[in-house]
Amino acid sequence: MAYPPAARSSPARQPSVKVILTAADVSRVVDRIAHQILEKTQGAADTVLLGVPTRGVPLARRLAARISTFEGLDVPVGVLDITLYRDDLRRHATRAVGPTQLPPGGIDGRRVVLVDDVLFSGRTVRAALDALSDIGRPASVQLAVLVDRGHRQLPIRADYVGKNIPTALAENVRVTLAETDGEDEVRLYGEDAR
Amino acid sequence: MIRHLLSGADLDAATATQILDTAAEMATVAGREVKKLPALRGRTVVNLFYEDSTRTRISFEAAAKRLSADVINFSAKGSSVTKGESLKDTALTLQAMGADAVVVRHPASGAPHRLADWVDGSVVNAGDGTHEHPTQALLDAYTMRSRLGRLAGLSVAVVGDVLHSRVARSNVLLLSTLGAKVTLVGPPTLIPVDIAAALAPGTAVSYDLDAVLPGVDVVMMLRVQRERMGDSYFPSAREYARRYGLDGPRLRRLPDHAIVMHPGPMNRGMEITPEVADSPRSTIVEQVANGVSVRMAVLYLLLGGNNR
Repeated sequence: MAYPPAARSSPARQPSVKVILTAADVSRVVDRIAHQILEKTQGAADTVLLGVPTRGVPLARRLAARISTFEGLDVPVGVLDITLYRDDLRRHATRAVGPTQLPPGGIDGRRVVLVDDVLFSGRTVRAALDALSDIGRPASVQLAVLVDRGHRQLPIRADYVGKNIPTALAENVRVTLAETDGEDEVRLYGEDAR
Repeated sequence: MIRHLLSGADLDAATATQILDTAAEMATVAGREVKKLPALRGRTVVNLFYEDSTRTRISFEAAAKRLSADVINFSAKGSSVTKGESLKDTALTLQAMGADAVVVRHPASGAPHRLADWVDGSVVNAGDGTHEHPTQALLDAYTMRSRLGRLAGLSVAVVGDVLHSRVARSNVLLLSTLGAKVTLVGPPTLIPVDIAAALAPGTAVSYDLDAVLPGVDVVMMLRVQRERMGDSYFPSAREYARRYGLDGPRLRRLPDHAIVMHPGPMNRGMEITPEVADSPRSTIVEQVANGVSVRMAVLYLLLGGNNR
């Protein structure tokens, strides 16, 4: 992840960047969410983890690997691309569509846990729920996120939260993961770091 | 992203590959419980057809509807066109109705290009005269890629009435952009002089189908346009079928992995025998199914975002 340029107006002032979760923290948080999923789903039977690209996908794989280590149970993992269900398609140049991969057996009648990196406005989750209902009919849907930074614009909450981070609206939370960015870290960029 | 799709030459390798990749995702919708995506809700697509067409119009209609767009079908027959309305006035009418995209088929080569100057929305060429039919080339490329796993380095023979074929022109342009090598095959009267060099350097021409067959990965048969048979481009239908038709013995001379394509509608017994058309190596039905996915991809990439 590139370091953002300093604010233009005052070159002397460094943009405020705070590390919220280090690599070790991320690992512990993923461990905890995996335990919570096992606890809340009574052993994760009939459960499917669906990662929302980009960083929800490696997170879903890590959760499945942890659950396998803890309980010796292989939880199916899939990828749910929500591009075509976004409510802001017309505000940007056409977005590339990514692959959606459902695990063998699909999602009908199973418990689906959506996995994403940051929960913010809730619009991504809304799009994911719409996509799910077109793909099949899960028995129930839960949401796991690494970070909840608040500022919801829709009535949506997560079932599993790695860390709640109180933020100002103009602040920016960036999650980096080894699989996609080379290292695990969660940083909070201040309002001056644009 | 491009604004119109008028020619196979509008697409560079990256854009064409993006369309094919998007089409692969669109194809998964066909196997779902709800065969619909909300991406083009509230957008209007007009099918403006000045020539008869079943599969292309239905294919575009299905593609637009699967993306939740509103579709208006306009065919020249029984419309104000028979009362003498010009293409421009029709275009301005569509514009006033708020068409976000116009899919146009027209007997005059170049009509979609003119249309693109007159309307604000995107124009998709669905076949103009003897000029181009870019979405057919895209679906052909998609079919080759899904059957053979790649496009770069493929050897493709396009056989038959190249002179009148918009499918052939768009395919030569697109396939050469994507790294395939095309050989145009047919009687000398049906292959324009210098067409290979004019369309894409590296395109070959042959008048001998039997010599070409053993070295190809794909044979694409073109429809012999029966309406032009009176124009003495070849002595008789039987002679054409014997020299340039694809029959069982010729099929067996192809490499084992090679596939047979045809844009349809076929003249069975003329350019292709029923034995070949119905063989497992023929992709003719697959091409129709792929057509919907590819057209969904094109409509999404043209209309899905704010590309103005």
